[in-house]
Amino acid sequence: MCGIVGLFLKKDEMRPQLGDLLTDMLITMTDRGPDSAGIAIYGDEAEGSVKITVQSDTPAEAFADLDAAVCAAIDAPVEIKVVDTHAVLTLPEAKEAEAIAFLEEKGLRIMGSGASMEIYKEVGLPKDVAARFGLRAMGGSHGIGHTRMATESAVTTMGAHPFSTADDQCLVHNGSLSNHNQMRRKLAKKGVFTRSENDTEVGAAYISSRIAEGASLGEALEGTLEDLDGFFTFVTGTKNGFGVVRDPIACKPAVMAETEDYVAFASEYRAFADLPGIETARVWEPEPATVYFWER
Amino acid sequence: MAKDMATTLDMATTELREVNSTLQAAAKSKANEQYVITNARGSHAMACGLDGPLNVVVKGSTGYYCAGMNKEATVTVEGSAGPGVAENMMSGVVTIEGDASQYAGATGHGGLLNIKGNASSRCGISMKGIDIVVHGNIGHMSAFMAQKGNLVVLGDAGDALGDSLYEARLFVRGNVKSLGADCIEKEMRPEHLEILKELLEKAGADAKPEEFKRYGSARKLYNFNIDHADEY
Repeated sequence: MCGIVGLFLKKDEMRPQLGDLLTDMLITMTDRGPDSAGIAIYGDEAEGSVKITVQSDTPAEAFADLDAAVCAAIDAPVEIKVVDTHAVLTLPEAKEAEAIAFLEEKGLRIMGSGASMEIYKEVGLPKDVAARFGLRAMGGSHGIGHTRMATESAVTTMGAHPFSTADDQCLVHNGSLSNHNQMRRKLAKKGVFTRSENDTEVGAAYISSRIAEGASLGEALEGTLEDLDGFFTFVTGTKNGFGVVRDPIACKPAVMAETEDYVAFASEYRAFADLPGIETARVWEPEPATVYFWER
Repeated sequence: MAKDMATTLDMATTELREVNSTLQAAAKSKANEQYVITNARGSHAMACGLDGPLNVVVKGSTGYYCAGMNKEATVTVEGSAGPGVAENMMSGVVTIEGDASQYAGATGHGGLLNIKGNASSRCGISMKGIDIVVHGNIGHMSAFMAQKGNLVVLGDAGDALGDSLYEARLFVRGNVKSLGADCIEKEMRPEHLEILKELLEKAGADAKPEEFKRYGSARKLYNFNIDHADEY
């Protein structure tokens, strides 16, 4: 199964509410995916800086003096924010690749990076995962979340969604891809590598590689209909917004709602029940094989 | 209880199981009572398995499998319905004021499913005698393997309408994106116009029978063809 939620705020004054609204949506989708949960949140950005989200199973040791170590390795200022098993390191954009190489060398898992995106995901019930990371208190312009019922790879932190394969880009998925190993090999030939055995990460890498080759988000999502085989409802996040696409068979459910204040996506209407003004929102089911996206 | 007095069940304070068991008991009692459900919040299997005359109005949208297996009861959703609304319905009337998600009325044996908005994919899949009226459009693979009953669509139909169709009648007023295997357009005879007129009236649909086209089975797929004997 799996549950997906997404919320794109149209008004800046709602930014402080993002985490709270998304958390309720995520928890409602628990019975679609009780084994892991994750969220990508697009929050504040600082000019010329990049945020790298890392994870460790032994955060107390791994994150102690990590900022100083990265600072020494890349010879640039580093700020660290530790959130349970995750840490967000903020550093100069130009030093991103160097910092990621150093962090991977130290055995830290890279959840994602970007100017505004932070990713938090763990194994456990969505309510517990949300509480561990204090998701409710997080603000931002938009975010996407996922509750996982695993099919294609093990129940691990790295198998949880969202998957990020390029700066500020991430993907959540309900369904299963059947040509992911073939696509993984194709991408590897182009020098695009994935970090897990998971099918969705291949979908994310496919979209990122298309964008890197010059495709727009819309074109990259159109491409999934041609090049990916299997069942999918995808929600992809970028720095400016989010996109939705369903495979042509469209077995995996999807519903959207729009008001003057937001655009929301969910696997089921239940996830919208607490959104402000939902009673009068335009609610519809996205068409199969049709790309939708909202950008600011 | 007087017939015109409606009992309200608020799902903000009443569990889904209690709501459904209350409705099921009321249906069985055959007292033809009226119930209003508030704060449905997209709950699954709302008002399912009703076996007797009962009038239920659900305020707000419902999730999966609303009014499934309905028998004799009248269920109205004042919102949209999730996947599988009125699945395997036997009789009675289920009305959706908004849209219905995929496989609305699947395997339905009888009664009327009246969808005022659009229905998405696989509407009426494997229908077995139900009447479905959709005031808007329907999605792809609708009436797949439909055996009996009538599917009336005031708007357009998506891809592969009536694929592997048996004896259900399909009436579409708008465009059909494509017909499925063994589904063909058929002549609209007076008896079909009569059936359609009655269904449109029952559903309160603003359309004339003459505006529709009829589609049905070419009967080539489910009959044994002696010319194909070599292939077995």
